[in-house]
Amino acid sequence: MAAEDLPSEFDVVILGTGLAESVVAAAFSRVGQRVLHIDRRSYYAANWASFTFNSLLTWIQQHHEEPQPEELQDWSSLLEEGEELIYLSNSDSASIRNVQVFCFTSEEDEEEGAPSTKEDDRGAADGDAVKETPESQSADAKDKAKKQKAEEEEEEEEEEQASQTKGEELSAAQSQSEATRKKISYAQLVKEGRRFNIDLVSKLLYSRGSLVDLLIKSNVSRYAEFKNVTRILTYRHGNVQQVPCSRADVFASRQLSVVEKRKLMRFLTSCVEETDEQRAYKARPYLEFLYDQRLGENLQHFLFHSIAMATEDTTTEEGLASTRHFLRCLGRYGNTPFLFPVYGLGEIPQCFCRMCAVFGGIYCLRHSVNCLLVEKDTNRCKAVIDSRGQRISCRHFVVEDGFVAVDRKKRATPPRFLSRAVLITDSSILPSSSDQQVSMVTVPPVAAGCPTVRMVELCPSTMTCMAGTHLVHLTCQSVGSAFEDLSPLVTTMFRTTESPDRETSPSVLWCLYFNMADGSGLDVKGHDLPSNVFVCSGPDGGLSHEHAVRQAEWIFKQILPEEDFCPPAPNPEDIIYNGENASSTGEEEEEEEEEQNKQGEGGEEWKEEGKEEGVKQQEEERREREGGEEGGENKEWRKEWREGVEEGVEEGVEEGEEGGDVLEEPSDGGVMFSSTNLTTTPAMHCGLKMPSFIV
Amino acid sequence: MHGRVKVKSTAQQEEEKRKEREKKLKIYVAARDACFSKRKEGVWDDGALQITQQLLSSNPDFGTLWNYRREILMHLETVKDEDEVQKIYEAELSFLESCLKVNPKSYGSWHHRGWVSTRLPRPDWARELGLCDRCLNLDDRNFHCWDYRRMVVKKSGVPVDRELAFTDRLIGSNFSNYSSWHYRSTLLPLLHPESPEPLPSPRRPPPRSSPPASPQNHSHRVCEAQLLKEYELVQNAFFTDPNDQSAWFYYRWLLGRAEREEMISCVLVSREEETVTVAFSRPVDPGGLMLLLDGQPQTVEWRSVHPRFKHSPVWICDLPPGTISDVTNEHNLTVHWMERHAHRDCALYTGRTESWCRDSATDQELFRSELSVEKTSVLQSELQSCKQLQELEPLNKWCLLTIILLMRALDPLGYEKETLAHFQTLREVDLMRSAYYSDLCSKFMIENTVLKMEYAEVRVFSISDKKLTTLCHLDQLLLVTHMNLSSNQLQRLPPQFSMLQCLEVLEAENNSIEDLEGVFHLPRLEEVLLKNNKISTLADLRPLASCPKLKRLDLRGNPVSGLEEVEAALTELLPSVVDLLL
Repeated sequence: MAAEDLPSEFDVVILGTGLAESVVAAAFSRVGQRVLHIDRRSYYAANWASFTFNSLLTWIQQHHEEPQPEELQDWSSLLEEGEELIYLSNSDSASIRNVQVFCFTSEEDEEEGAPSTKEDDRGAADGDAVKETPESQSADAKDKAKKQKAEEEEEEEEEEQASQTKGEELSAAQSQSEATRKKISYAQLVKEGRRFNIDLVSKLLYSRGSLVDLLIKSNVSRYAEFKNVTRILTYRHGNVQQVPCSRADVFASRQLSVVEKRKLMRFLTSCVEETDEQRAYKARPYLEFLYDQRLGENLQHFLFHSIAMATEDTTTEEGLASTRHFLRCLGRYGNTPFLFPVYGLGEIPQCFCRMCAVFGGIYCLRHSVNCLLVEKDTNRCKAVIDSRGQRISCRHFVVEDGFVAVDRKKRATPPRFLSRAVLITDSSILPSSSDQQVSMVTVPPVAAGCPTVRMVELCPSTMTCMAGTHLVHLTCQSVGSAFEDLSPLVTTMFRTTESPDRETSPSVLWCLYFNMADGSGLDVKGHDLPSNVFVCSGPDGGLSHEHAVRQAEWIFKQILPEEDFCPPAPNPEDIIYNGENASSTGEEEEEEEEEQNKQGEGGEEWKEEGKEEGVKQQEEERREREGGEEGGENKEWRKEWREGVEEGVEEGVEEGEEGGDVLEEPSDGGVMFSSTNLTTTPAMHCGLKMPSFIV
Repeated sequence: MHGRVKVKSTAQQEEEKRKEREKKLKIYVAARDACFSKRKEGVWDDGALQITQQLLSSNPDFGTLWNYRREILMHLETVKDEDEVQKIYEAELSFLESCLKVNPKSYGSWHHRGWVSTRLPRPDWARELGLCDRCLNLDDRNFHCWDYRRMVVKKSGVPVDRELAFTDRLIGSNFSNYSSWHYRSTLLPLLHPESPEPLPSPRRPPPRSSPPASPQNHSHRVCEAQLLKEYELVQNAFFTDPNDQSAWFYYRWLLGRAEREEMISCVLVSREEETVTVAFSRPVDPGGLMLLLDGQPQTVEWRSVHPRFKHSPVWICDLPPGTISDVTNEHNLTVHWMERHAHRDCALYTGRTESWCRDSATDQELFRSELSVEKTSVLQSELQSCKQLQELEPLNKWCLLTIILLMRALDPLGYEKETLAHFQTLREVDLMRSAYYSDLCSKFMIENTVLKMEYAEVRVFSISDKKLTTLCHLDQLLLVTHMNLSSNQLQRLPPQFSMLQCLEVLEAENNSIEDLEGVFHLPRLEEVLLKNNKISTLADLRPLASCPKLKRLDLRGNPVSGLEEVEAALTELLPSVVDLLL
């Protein structure tokens, strides 16, 4: 099938399957545009992807490898008169750097008594050593500095190894007494690797944010499930504390005095409507405004760091706006403003891709665009040449910024980076009665000039980590490398080989550091590109998905200003099927009238060659990605996917693999409980389609 | 545009839906008719069970069908063995569950569930509790579910402490739900009863021969350690949201409400009028009253002070003429209240024209009873907390009102000034209830005046210029001879006013009085000063005609004094009046 050619004409060709690109794809496909959506990678969602433990290891490996030298083929034979070529960059490696991995758990099960704890950072060091990205000088210099640093660390870590060996003898002795807290070995992590869904970006959905609105409006929400973030935490005076943010939290809080409770509630209530006093502070620092409210240090910390998530240079206007947003989001789905998608954030772009496919979009992974064919006179991209050398004409081209050659991008500011760390730990940073907490943790700067760190701790019930572990994501704006920025915090908050004495803290079993380009500084237009080419930036550093959604909507409105952006998908029973392929022309419309009468079993007919191919291809890709031995697990999913496509629009309830705690979305407000599971309480599950909230 | 999914038009959809509905209706009506005719024929079989099930699952609020179903089930009980009955009822429960999904507030479904649960041979109460919990999770104010849950708890004997933990959980998730607080108030006295040791009663030992054990005294109360925890909990709630009334109501319950003892509060004997007047602590019916004069039972007729009252706290009887009129005789009277096994003695000594026997309001701490059960130290610290909240929320009505009540419980006279100021704020911040606050304030002012009068041991009740809007506690003023109500905002002298049997002088200038209904059969009333009021017709003055000793009447500044030939009419109406000011 690889030999089959794609259709040679599309309305929109989209390269890259990140969130913004996927939303754009769904939006175009939904209003009847012919969409070709491709990605050079073997997986969906680009830097928004989620990986199993094993595929993350592969990803790490890839980022240590030297990128293949780009062979510039001459495509001029495909040029028509008055056209010129723009080559696209075929490597996006510039967006990820400084990948470092540490393993703090034993290679094998402890019983075997092999204390050969191995620091898995060899790859990291290699990676740094050989990485030669065509970057600016300064970046190179930075790399070198890091290389040195990494070497030093390696030495340090050898010492640690010795100390850890000792430590392990100790813990072996302990383990007899506390058999309950047996460390999970590296082998187990690999063996249970499928249980992990590790996100490259760490974000949350504001329950009244633009992404949730879009998911509901477009009905894409039917393809995903969400869990509430159950608590907001903060790190303060060396302790992890819970931030009371809802009315029930404030009532139940044990850390606040009754007077503080009143002051907090009063402040939060006063935030809802703008007052004259607030206006007076408008451009002055938010911190100053809070200070003048005489709330006390306790409340000020909560309000500033955890609720407004502000920094020193946040103005009062901004601080209050984010506080308001936080408050508006409270209580829609739970006691915190945030939702997290079950199976990880990488699900979201895929859900939009699915929507696109359902309405006829064609998908190809491991497929790229080598160059654009530009009509010189109009400066418009007329067609693209794909990685197989096929000329595909298109009216618009949307591309992930990583594929645009550096010299064609215009940036107002030098590229910024995010520092990321991913930890697999053995327990929660704040144990509570329930071990299935999803926590959002704000960590104020440890010292002046240090970045504010945002931490999200996920429990196994989010389907992102194996039982007995927690997955912790740390994010901050880069000052140095991810390791430099985040490892001091990791050692103070967790138990690692560097901080073995922190007995009560959760132990880190494995961790990954890397830097990712911050997409927030890049504009959609204004680059040295044809006028009908739109650039989508990668993930930004914010907590919300605002940036990507806004970008996608902007692109859509530029191209189709008259059309509705992601209107609700129609009910399956309201769709009129026709026997012909969907790209029927005007002449065929009369036939369609007749076809209407014999619809009914039309489900079968709702397909077209092109689409089928796209889907097949997609499945093919998936199968490859998931590996032969895992194929069986995902059969259900694939089957479902195919049905979804073939039947046009169908209910997207997935079969839960893990103990079946998938809850059907309530079909109307009156449904109280499903008769089968009176005993189990899937209370934290929520479908986004809760009609009582949607008007 | 091509490639677009084609969707049915709205008109098409509507038409389809309409047809669908019509079809459904036809089926429904047919099934209903079949059901009714089966019931008429007395068919109690599985078929009937099935057809009612189908109907009820689409409309669970069809009471007749539930009744029919119960008839069938009761019939089946008689013909099947226990295991089969169990199975039938279990099926019934799961059917009900599906009905509750259709309408979680269906009276019929819940009632039927209760009925089935009690008839089930081997009930599974844990499952029922689970159902209630799920239901309350979805809607914590579903009172049908609360009701049903109470039934389940009672039947299955859930331990009280577990129920208390249940209220903890519900209050934690939403402290505005008064159902949970109220449930808590019923559980606490069971779990942490006040120790039955000697009551820390502030009252004097009652002057009764055989005090009956009063179950009210401690059965509602909670031990102090637990109370302190509850105060903390409820404070967390009202500091978090001072506008939420649930917590305040619960708080008031916690602070306690003493119940007034039922007793005879006063016996008054008058030689001149040859009457005995008896006052009680609450309105009573005179049926069980017995009067002994010098040891001899007397046959007397009790009359209330005003024909309007069938129940009244004050009753009067006329003694046979001449029995006590001789001033040189001494008499002993005893009034027995059979109903309560209470009695009170009163001696009329030689040379005295009248005599009484009573407990004064100060002795009984009468007006502090509302919150007086709690210890002073506890009340004092609660007052401090509330004042702290009031500093933060100076305009919160719940907080202000609670402060007023606490102050009254602690020291009504000492806090009078602050109380008045708080009432003024309350009237301003809660305009809708300003009349309520005025009435409440009047009540407290009258209580304070009663206390002052009794401390001074006089029979003069003077409460002028206090913005009174209503009169109350008039049963406490049985012995008052002079009353000054001038410069208030009174609109009427209500029927209760006729309890002032000893009143001689009434000063009520500068009010808005338009109704004198209560100035009725006051045997000693001589002077009524009603200058600057709103009495407008002669008919309004008619009650005065029943007061035989009325001599002086001031009606200046009333609309009535401008009427034509009013003087002549008044002379005719009130022949005893010699000094009439118009």
